[in-house]
Amino acid sequence: MDSVDFCCQAGSIHGILGENGAGKSTLIKILSGVLAPSEGQVIFDGRNVAYRSTAEATADGIVCIFQELSLVPDLSVAENIFIDQPPRRFGLIDTRKQRQMAKEILARIKCEDVDPDAHIRELSLSRRQMIEIAKALVKNPRVLILDEATSALTSNDVQTVYDLIAELRADGVACIFISHRMHEVDQLCDQLSVFRNGQHIKSFAKGALSEAEIVQLMIGREITAQFPPKRDKSLGETTLSVSDLRWEDSLKGVDIDVHAGEIVGLGGLDGQGHKELLLALFGALHGVEGQISLKGRPYRPASPALSKRLGLALVPEDRKTEGLMLEMSIGDNLLLPNYPEVSKNGVIDGGMAKAAIEKAVALLQIKVGSPDHPVETLSGGNQQKGVIAKWLMLNPDVILLNDPTRGIDVGTKQEIYRLMRDLVDAGKSVLLYSTDYAELIGCCDRVCVMYDGRVVSELEGDALTEKAIVAASLNIHTEAVA
Amino acid sequence: MINKVKASILRNRGFTGAFILFAALFLTYQSMHPRGFSTAVLVQNSNEVVALAFVAIAQTIPVLMGGLDLSVGAVMTLTNTVASHVVTGTPLQMLFGAVVTLAVGAGFGAMNGLIVVYGRIQPIIATLATGAIAIGLALILRPSPGGDIDGDLNWAATNAVFDLAETYGFADNGNAAWLQPFVNIPVPLLILLVVALGVWLPFKRTVTCRTIYAIGSAESAAHLSGLPIARAKIAAFTLAGFFAACGGLYLAVQTSSGNADITQAGTYTLNSIASVVLGGTSLMGGSGGAIGSMIGAFILRIISFYFRILSIDPLLQPLIEGLVLLVAVSLGALRTFRVKNKLDLFR
Repeated sequence: MDSVDFCCQAGSIHGILGENGAGKSTLIKILSGVLAPSEGQVIFDGRNVAYRSTAEATADGIVCIFQELSLVPDLSVAENIFIDQPPRRFGLIDTRKQRQMAKEILARIKCEDVDPDAHIRELSLSRRQMIEIAKALVKNPRVLILDEATSALTSNDVQTVYDLIAELRADGVACIFISHRMHEVDQLCDQLSVFRNGQHIKSFAKGALSEAEIVQLMIGREITAQFPPKRDKSLGETTLSVSDLRWEDSLKGVDIDVHAGEIVGLGGLDGQGHKELLLALFGALHGVEGQISLKGRPYRPASPALSKRLGLALVPEDRKTEGLMLEMSIGDNLLLPNYPEVSKNGVIDGGMAKAAIEKAVALLQIKVGSPDHPVETLSGGNQQKGVIAKWLMLNPDVILLNDPTRGIDVGTKQEIYRLMRDLVDAGKSVLLYSTDYAELIGCCDRVCVMYDGRVVSELEGDALTEKAIVAASLNIHTEAVA
Repeated sequence: MINKVKASILRNRGFTGAFILFAALFLTYQSMHPRGFSTAVLVQNSNEVVALAFVAIAQTIPVLMGGLDLSVGAVMTLTNTVASHVVTGTPLQMLFGAVVTLAVGAGFGAMNGLIVVYGRIQPIIATLATGAIAIGLALILRPSPGGDIDGDLNWAATNAVFDLAETYGFADNGNAAWLQPFVNIPVPLLILLVVALGVWLPFKRTVTCRTIYAIGSAESAAHLSGLPIARAKIAAFTLAGFFAACGGLYLAVQTSSGNADITQAGTYTLNSIASVVLGGTSLMGGSGGAIGSMIGAFILRIISFYFRILSIDPLLQPLIEGLVLLVAVSLGALRTFRVKNKLDLFR
């Protein structure tokens, strides 16, 4: 985040808008004491405050409902609501009173159906989110921050929350409301602020700007990276076809087709089911429903081992925990999925292994001192190349990539773009999820935008613009923006 | 109402399972025993289980937090040798000695906690080291077994309530009418229940204890909720030290002596972990409780009682104990079949 000035008043609702990584979450983490600002100050009630913990912020009445839930799954609803300030009797927690008070607050948020003794683990995501709101309410907030706090709620619950927020505003509470749902923000907030790339762009009163103008403010940057030319050849046959894919609450009927020779992008805001889609295709999830066919044959993703054999590869979201064994050597990491190829009768053949590693290092131009060094000694970009290389050694037909260029330098990014293009030119298919819209537009032949567990829009050719992606990610109809 | 009971049982299925297993094993054992359900057998059984039950309770608290305390057996041994020096003299002096013993255990536990919190060392390795230190101190205090703990105290603490009253001459030497319903209760069991429930049940209703559960369940959520994490960690290890000292103190009274037995310390530590798991506490932390671990310790001991009445070759005892333990804990692993995102299994 980069020099942000921001203020909000008591008795008003202030909405914050911005793309992924615009700095919204960082702002509220500073306000609520999770992070300390490296520079600058926070002034509350005319006092300069520097909270070192959430407890200190809470004591002043600054209460935050976090995007990632702050509930403890193995404790009961009542215990979670009163987690740090339970009612006491003779110095001990008064469980009966706690249950009674929990019932009252649950009634206030219209969740009478929730048993105060139920463990959080047993509740659905939308119920948990309501409990999170209850937990914030009992702290008698003076500033209430809702960070994507309504993203998992049903429409009934959303209405309840709106009414509550309106009630709080009447009581003089300041609300900061962060949401990716443009309609919500528009309907609810008195003031709006747009953030972009860690900077505060503009604040304005509700209704002062049209949706289209707001979207423009949220984008507002030039496309800088260079991309290789797009597909000029005709499409090959369908390699991966997904229809009505469902899993838990995250995937609600995804339809997607990927052909040989094309890069298909997955766009949209965080948490709309992209990660789950890639994991489901690669066999990491249980209980996935729907039809998938791979190279014309029906395919059930039962395990990553099977997916690997059938020619799928997944470059996972977090290279440090899911992609690499940081302490192990570069060579060992490259060989991880490839041991069968370099072994004879179950024994690794040193010569074959060495040859395979050298080939992979050369192919991706990974800058290594020696393949024996631990992989953590490499730069982020080279680490990511390593993750991609280890899968390419298997010569997969469909490559699934989960935000492969996050946190790596521009030069390596361009090499990865080039590589993806070479792969599809050689008849492979690539399914790429990226949080960077410029990358989706520059790289992909087609972009499927996901919203709430479904593909809501497919953009191709001239229709593939940043405006269109942003609009689709917010589930606004494109015409409204154009 | 019935639904509530059902939900509560389902939520504590680890504990419920352990309790049913214990009840079945206990009743079968007593009916097979030639002098089953008699005071003598109950007293003998309780005597053998108390120290392990205390150490199991001690282990539970760090485990709930997602840690492991490898020093509980060693702290029990250390406090056992301390007690063999200080629990002597007049009743008042003995009482003072007992308090000193418990304070040594709690203090050692607090040191573990401070090392874990401020040294930022993982509990398992920190307590491995401090456990060795505890054994070392115990060996200095008692290079060879010995000590002289009051014989009356020993007799009173290891028999039935009647003998307790008779020894110290209250309630008409145990013949008072009001005492009659209780005369056959083994004193060791009474001590265990009074201390365990008397400390654990109130502790469970504190924010500190709630924080211990929260750390084991989701440490980041605990942090975001503004809970006192450092305090809870130190408290967890302090209480572990305290309960281990209860075990050590009882062992000293029971044997009238102190013994820096290295093998015994290790065995108790490992058995405490087994008891915790048998009692339905998750090694990942966040769910379970001390009462379950007490039941777990009972189960572990009862299994060994069977060897006496069934005349099984003692050489087979470890093998059979291992198999029973494996089957019992496997039941707890059934939940993994319901995990939807396979990556969650590794988190």
